[in-house]
Amino acid sequence: MRMQDSGHGAAVDPTPAAVDPTPAAAAHGHEGPFDAGEYIFHHIMDSQTLELPIIGAVHLPTLHIGPWDLPITRHAVMMWVACTIILALLWLANRRRSLAPRGVHNLIEMAIVFVRDELARKNIAHHPDRFVPYLLSTFVFILVMNLIGLVPWGATATANIGVTAALAGMAFIMIQVSGIREFGVIGHFKNLVPHGLPAWLLPIMIPVEILGMFTKPFALCVRLFANMTAGHVVILSLISMVFILKAAWVGAVLSVPFALFINGIELLVAFLQAYIFTMLTSLFIGMSVHPQH
Amino acid sequence: MEFGNSLAHFAAGIGAGLAVIGGAAGIGRLAAAAMEGSARQPQVAGDIRTTMIIAAALIEGATLFALVVCILLAVKA
Repeated sequence: MRMQDSGHGAAVDPTPAAVDPTPAAAAHGHEGPFDAGEYIFHHIMDSQTLELPIIGAVHLPTLHIGPWDLPITRHAVMMWVACTIILALLWLANRRRSLAPRGVHNLIEMAIVFVRDELARKNIAHHPDRFVPYLLSTFVFILVMNLIGLVPWGATATANIGVTAALAGMAFIMIQVSGIREFGVIGHFKNLVPHGLPAWLLPIMIPVEILGMFTKPFALCVRLFANMTAGHVVILSLISMVFILKAAWVGAVLSVPFALFINGIELLVAFLQAYIFTMLTSLFIGMSVHPQH
Repeated sequence: MEFGNSLAHFAAGIGAGLAVIGGAAGIGRLAAAAMEGSARQPQVAGDIRTTMIIAAALIEGATLFALVVCILLAVKA
């Protein structure tokens, strides 16, 4: 019996005291007693084996391009899947002149209008519409990646610190570029410190603000990463409780309802974290474009 | 006495507990204020609810910072 990332325990083997050690990823025929730590770790961390529904485990290749070795991992594949889904949705929405469903077009428009009105126009004072493509990409990409982690056989790419670091790096670049475009390089860095401060405060404020310039995207990165990882660790721990205690009634009474509840919370957190990331990015862009005096 | 790695696991457990205390206390105060505000002025309850959720997510971000450190301790040591 295979245990997958977000199984609601629905595939719990009803034979009690099942001694044989199947639950850990059946993909590589793990033998030995059930090790909860290794089970959880294996499902959260990135790896080069991709688990597919019928085919089983597929080992992903390593690309050797010039001097670099690029291993293709599970999270990379999930990011590609997310991109494909987004492109497919947008293509479907664009076919409105033929017999395309009007629902998808409406859905995409809802998302665009939401990002434009609530996020870009509320937080950014000068030329908000210029930033809508970037904010929309961030929001939808993070959202789809989070949601893919919740379906069976999906892995959460945002539970990888590399992915969130890259997203935060892009946010950092956007914040600096928007400020430099508005005020020039010198003007942008002069705007870091609020105007009208007494001179003796400057030696404190300048290092604090420079540090703040880096900690804000860093916080974005760690917040998204930790939220996604923690949620999945909780779900996996609840499921592995059944196997640690080796009793099926524990699964029916305790693990399955709890895991279902936590999965629901994870759904909320998926949307919320995408929104928070995008909102904070738009807030920081707004702050660099129109510094408060 | 030889402690080996068990101190790290011990610290991870205590750290996680303390982190949750801080986070839950903060979010509890936030929810109390939100409910009082909604009771005083029901017509802005929707706005208050949105702001509350955003603030809760930010506080939770800080809590999860600490949790990540605890997980690192428990797993990598």
